[in-house]
Amino acid sequence: MATETTGHVEPVDLEAAGSCVDAHGGAIGMPQLCFDWFPNQMFWLVVTLVVIFLILSRVALPRIAAILSERQGTISNDIAAAEDLKARAVEAEKAYEKALADARAEAQRIIGEARAEIQADLNDAIAQADAEIAARSAESEKAISEIRAGALEAVREVAAETAAALVAALGNTPDSAAIAAAVDSRLKG
Amino acid sequence: MASEATGADQAAEGGGLVFHPMDQFIVKPLFGDGPVAWYTPTNVTLWMGIAVLAILALLVLSTSKRAIVPSRGQSVAELAYGFVYKMVEDVAGKDGIKYFPYIMTLFMFIVVANFLGLIPMSFTTTSHLAVTVVMALAVFFTVTILGFYLHGLSFIKLFWISAAPLPLRPVLALIEVISYFVRPVSHSIRLMGNMMAGHAVIKVFAGFAAVLAIAPVSVLAITAIYALEVLVSFIQAYVFAILTCVYLKDALHPHH
Repeated sequence: MATETTGHVEPVDLEAAGSCVDAHGGAIGMPQLCFDWFPNQMFWLVVTLVVIFLILSRVALPRIAAILSERQGTISNDIAAAEDLKARAVEAEKAYEKALADARAEAQRIIGEARAEIQADLNDAIAQADAEIAARSAESEKAISEIRAGALEAVREVAAETAAALVAALGNTPDSAAIAAAVDSRLKG
Repeated sequence: MASEATGADQAAEGGGLVFHPMDQFIVKPLFGDGPVAWYTPTNVTLWMGIAVLAILALLVLSTSKRAIVPSRGQSVAELAYGFVYKMVEDVAGKDGIKYFPYIMTLFMFIVVANFLGLIPMSFTTTSHLAVTVVMALAVFFTVTILGFYLHGLSFIKLFWISAAPLPLRPVLALIEVISYFVRPVSHSIRLMGNMMAGHAVIKVFAGFAAVLAIAPVSVLAITAIYALEVLVSFIQAYVFAILTCVYLKDALHPHH
């Protein structure tokens, strides 16, 4: 390798174009190790890096950082808003539950009232019916006692008539007052 | 490498396979054929400029609407921001947040340059040692100076592991010091090596595609390696950034 390489270096050294290129423009060895080109690469590298650094530190990085933090802010705002809405939804649900419970209580109350009213009506009707029944039974009672009194009177009359007839049959003049007193005493006895 | 040179010779002589896997890494002046001085606008300049424009489009233009509900571009910008921010916060801690713009700069440059390098015919700036070594050394010196600035000479306790048994401590200290100074080397070569290797492998397979018999296999292999490179492009940017965070954590909290 060494002999061949030196064989190619010779014509190159005569050329002004570059010491690391052979007569045909091909590379000799590794172009990476051609120290003639080092200053050029280093100079342009430093220029490039400085330019990139200025672009990044002055424009790109602050801008991207701002975008990212802004997005972070937006996201946390949105999350806060979402939580707010969620709290409101929970509140609304509570209100709904409360309204439902109220309505249920109201319904219970109305049902109770209606039941009480019906009960009162029923009680009235029962009382009325009872009163009527009582009146009717009193009337019946009265009729019965009248009938009983009538029967007693009839018995007394029949007994007095019978007694008068018996007295007349026995040939005496019936004394109606004595007969009535005797019948009364007998009936009481 | 010699074989590449001979391959080039064969090509020049007309015929056979043509392998120029390393030609894609040549630094050329954009205008004319003059020598490459430190100020010459080269393909390095072009592709770093495109990287700057891509970052501008991704992180500035796409976020210009400042939408609460992001567009696709703005989502990607926010994703990148959140990804690096969380990485810095998790690895370097809360007080590492003020260095977030620096790490974001490194990460965005590397990831965009890596992905731009996957465009056919493009130039991969991060496949060059000069580029990765400058970034790695910048991280190394920043972190070291920051460590001494924040903690004074007690920053050296970083190498004196008080949790270890006393006889072991000098040995561990030696290992720690060596590993500390190897950091920029591994930090830079990891990125450069990964980017260079993948691109070179793709070129080698592309050279085989000239032979009709193995062209389908070659194209399939290119596709597979390309998919791998897409993954590697992101992972290497991530690794570079997270290692920067780890080093920063050492500077902020040197006491284990």
